[in-house]
Amino acid sequence: MSLDAHRCPDGHLTYPGHGVCPACGQGQTETVDLADRTGEVVTWTTSTATPPGVREPNTLAIVEFDVDGTSVRALGGATTEDVETGDRVRPVHVEQLREPDAGIREPASQAWDGYRFEPVE
Amino acid sequence: MDVAIIGASMTQFGQRNGWVRDLLTEAGEACLADAGVPRADVEHIYVANMASGEFEGQTGLMNALAHDMGLLGAYAERVDNTSGTGGAGVFEAWQSVASGASDCTLLVGGEKMTHRTTAESTDVIASLTHPVEYKHGATLPSFAGLTARHYLERFDAPRESLAEVAVKNHANGTLNPNAQFQREIDVETALDSPVIADPLRLYDFCPVTDGGAALLLCPVDRAEEYTDDFLRVTGVAGATDTHVVHEREDPTAMKGVVESGEQAFRMAGWDRDDVDIAELHDMFTILEFLQLEGLGFADQGTAWRMATEGTTARDGDLPVNTSGGLKSKGHPLGASGVAQVVELYRQIRGEAGARQVEADRGLACNVGGFGNCVVTTLVEGVRA
Repeated sequence: MSLDAHRCPDGHLTYPGHGVCPACGQGQTETVDLADRTGEVVTWTTSTATPPGVREPNTLAIVEFDVDGTSVRALGGATTEDVETGDRVRPVHVEQLREPDAGIREPASQAWDGYRFEPVE
Repeated sequence: MDVAIIGASMTQFGQRNGWVRDLLTEAGEACLADAGVPRADVEHIYVANMASGEFEGQTGLMNALAHDMGLLGAYAERVDNTSGTGGAGVFEAWQSVASGASDCTLLVGGEKMTHRTTAESTDVIASLTHPVEYKHGATLPSFAGLTARHYLERFDAPRESLAEVAVKNHANGTLNPNAQFQREIDVETALDSPVIADPLRLYDFCPVTDGGAALLLCPVDRAEEYTDDFLRVTGVAGATDTHVVHEREDPTAMKGVVESGEQAFRMAGWDRDDVDIAELHDMFTILEFLQLEGLGFADQGTAWRMATEGTTARDGDLPVNTSGGLKSKGHPLGASGVAQVVELYRQIRGEAGARQVEADRGLACNVGGFGNCVVTTLVEGVRA
């Protein structure tokens, strides 16, 4: 289990990875696991109109991680509705983030586990 | 080759009994009647539709419409650019005429959505998201909530400014007989409505809608054979932004809007103050601000003042969404971008009835995804 950001030879980071680095067009050659780091909430929302198979309400946050001076962001659910911009959070692994069979997307086409964000003191 | 728009139509938007083929045919027939062009003249057909397969289990709409409208033999193609599908249809229809491939192109946009629950419709639209977004249950409304919070906090904009967008567009919608909502609201009603994606509430969102809209295009040098009052497409361009929304360096800057707008203005040779009216993609109230800023009508972080100061009201310096916008007119996905240009056509030709404003030049910005793919179109009136 890992929350992998992808890095190109010039040091640009993205989450998720892409075929080529969106910033410079080079191939991405390494990964950096964000799972053991803490990040900062950039913005958040609590969504009440959720699709089939998704928890309701669903609090989501965009979290920014600093990796040796380079920032990279990730979207994820929050473990609590009690979140504020600027909060420090850590990733917590969840086996199944939504019910794969309930939505329109083919269940076999993607992963359904991942990380939610939990505020740290 | 310069391209003219010589006919326009839209169906009643709202909860409709017909299915997508019925809505497309209704819009297409009304457009040919509006233009007074015989069906034998139509050479190309573009059908703008995002998801009839997902909503209704009906694909192949381009061929279905050609047959249903008695246009067999014409080239027909379906266009999908998610919620920016109608604008992409305008771009493709323009290309078909500008390239010389067609001397008469019918563009028909339409979507049938209301037979699905809101949760199901939300999921169909959310299927455009990246797997790392979809697995968390991210939806287009949730992106709007994330972005609106960031905008309000960063630029110290009042929450009421978003409500003012809804109030304005609902007021405009009461003057558009084809709009889904015919009801004024006030700021308090918007601010007290149920939370959908905090800080955004029910009245910050467009409804789920059935409807169709159509345009007829031909070369400018052929337009006078049909009419002495038409529109010329002076600029049209499309662009993309990231698929993964959180990867944008600045969550409040819509690069697809910026790029498509700059290209369209450059093509037209217009300045921003040449635009008399604009139809913007207000699927969420916050998008009016982000487009006004991305298109260069306001500096970043300041477009909210255009709502609170009345600049974008029907009697303001730059009326925005005189049609009622997606907010009040409704948002049948594939029809919306077409209906934006239908409103410009009505306004510029002086056929907008009670909501008529003084306008010779107009802009339409149609946004797919959460700014993922965007088409901006500029048109002006020509009187022969």
